[in-house]
Amino acid sequence: MIFARREAWTGRVLLVLLMAVTLMPFVSLFVTALHPSGTYPLGLDWPSDPQWGNFADAFTAARMGELLKSSALIVLGVVPISLVVATMAGFAIGHLRMAGRQIAFLAFVLGLTLPFEGIITPLYYLVRDMGILNTRWAIILPLVGLFMPFSVFWMRAHFVNMPEELSESARMDGANVWQLFWKVHVPLAVPATSSLAILLFLWTWNQFLLAIVLVDDPLNRTMSGALGAFQGQWGTNIPLLCAGSLLILGPTLVIFLIFQRRFVTALLQGSLKG
Amino acid sequence: MTRPTTDTTAAAATARSPFRRKGLRGPSWVGWLFVLPAFAFYAVFVLQPLALTVQYSLYRWDGIGASTWAGTQNYLKVFTDPDLFASIVNAFKLIVFFSAIPVVLGLAIASTIRRIAASRLALVARTVIFLPQVIPLVAAGITWSWLLSSNGLINQLMSYVGLDGVIRAWLGDFSTALPAVGVIGAWVLLGLCTLLLLAGMSKIDPALYEAARLDGAGSFREFFSITLPSLRQEIGVCVTVTVIAALASFDIVYIATQGGPGNSTMVPGLEIYYLAFSERQVGLASALAVILTVLVIACALPIQWLTRDRTS
Repeated sequence: MIFARREAWTGRVLLVLLMAVTLMPFVSLFVTALHPSGTYPLGLDWPSDPQWGNFADAFTAARMGELLKSSALIVLGVVPISLVVATMAGFAIGHLRMAGRQIAFLAFVLGLTLPFEGIITPLYYLVRDMGILNTRWAIILPLVGLFMPFSVFWMRAHFVNMPEELSESARMDGANVWQLFWKVHVPLAVPATSSLAILLFLWTWNQFLLAIVLVDDPLNRTMSGALGAFQGQWGTNIPLLCAGSLLILGPTLVIFLIFQRRFVTALLQGSLKG
Repeated sequence: MTRPTTDTTAAAATARSPFRRKGLRGPSWVGWLFVLPAFAFYAVFVLQPLALTVQYSLYRWDGIGASTWAGTQNYLKVFTDPDLFASIVNAFKLIVFFSAIPVVLGLAIASTIRRIAASRLALVARTVIFLPQVIPLVAAGITWSWLLSSNGLINQLMSYVGLDGVIRAWLGDFSTALPAVGVIGAWVLLGLCTLLLLAGMSKIDPALYEAARLDGAGSFREFFSITLPSLRQEIGVCVTVTVIAALASFDIVYIATQGGPGNSTMVPGLEIYYLAFSERQVGLASALAVILTVLVIACALPIQWLTRDRTS
């Protein structure tokens, strides 16, 4: 069928074009990063003498080692706490179905679309009064709370579909609710929790507003917050800024490329559910 | 558990449901105990600040000294102060770029590549066009600030095709700054919308298209009478996500323009940040925060309601 073949070719051309538009900014960033530090090169211009050393300079200037550690610590705080707490709540609302669960669920759902800017001002004073301003806890604890509506929503969707017979047979074997949860349901929930973990990792790593408001020192922030500070400090040195941005992007890109399938599926499902 | 017995156990369970349910799941306070930790985090770090925002919005407070009762004055100011109100208008203008362009373009692209969605090229493309969703918005902002600067790639392309007349610092020009910010948002959200819509299209029964072809329907008829109606839910999701991204935009604007030049790209999110943490007008910032929150919910709920799949 000529009709279908022509359509397929239009599709291919469009796909390549779309990929080009997506990648073009990264290519421009990369090429610019190779120009001599402090110059104003053109957007897409291969330098006569590529300065690979810019990446090393940016690594030192951005203090990448410390940044990575800080972001990793924040992720290690947010993701496990959120997962455990949200799985428990999702299990109760979706599977134990206790009386009044609809009220609990509704309370969480109300927070799904809440813009972070809506509560950032009191959050600052709250965190200050708790004495954790400018520490990583100032990002970790509020983020766990802010991610809770989505996490509970996500886990409930999983537990609602778990067959009742599963719990029945476990209960007949004499398991109490606590054992039922940890020994039967947590292992079975791994696909749902691992997708949620990917989403939470990404949202934590990329969190900007909380980082710049609640933590002054870029070295205690998330990658995203540190990148903002890096731009403030080196904004006039375009090649160095580009090299630094690429370095800061690096870890996310590597992790994305390793887990790309899971990432895409999780993000698509995530937006469908949210 | 063997398969044949499942039916009988399930039937037995439903037959004795009220009694069995209690024994099976424990008393309801156990369930509430499981919800408690999640609710504690949510209450302390979301509900409490939310209530405090409403409370702050009714006072005049510099964040340090004593506060004085202001009633609805802060709210009145948001709607009467031209600069503040302009930030809300800007957020709605951004919807055109953040929502309309990605959704319409995404629909066009997805329906064109629908037939080759399983090819190798499409699988690679899936990863590539997802990149903007994975990188921090801050990085998108920095990258695009460079692309849109006077020396940047956009101007280089413009002069390459002979459009030297339009070359400018796109983000620094009063008339182009807001659309330029919008383009960044469109770039970030286009991939997500395309893939969401494509995933939706893959669920449409191919027999529908074959039948339409046999009836002599062209690509356009096919799109409007089969594709579009079947994608109701996916379109709803795309519109909701992107409208929220537009109204609550912060990262991109903060990095690319900081609200400037002048106030031409100021959005509510950024204005709240400046008011609360630079100008120390906590009450006014909170009033704007309440208005933003209400606007987001007021936009998200009807879209969800209109596009929900009523059959399921």
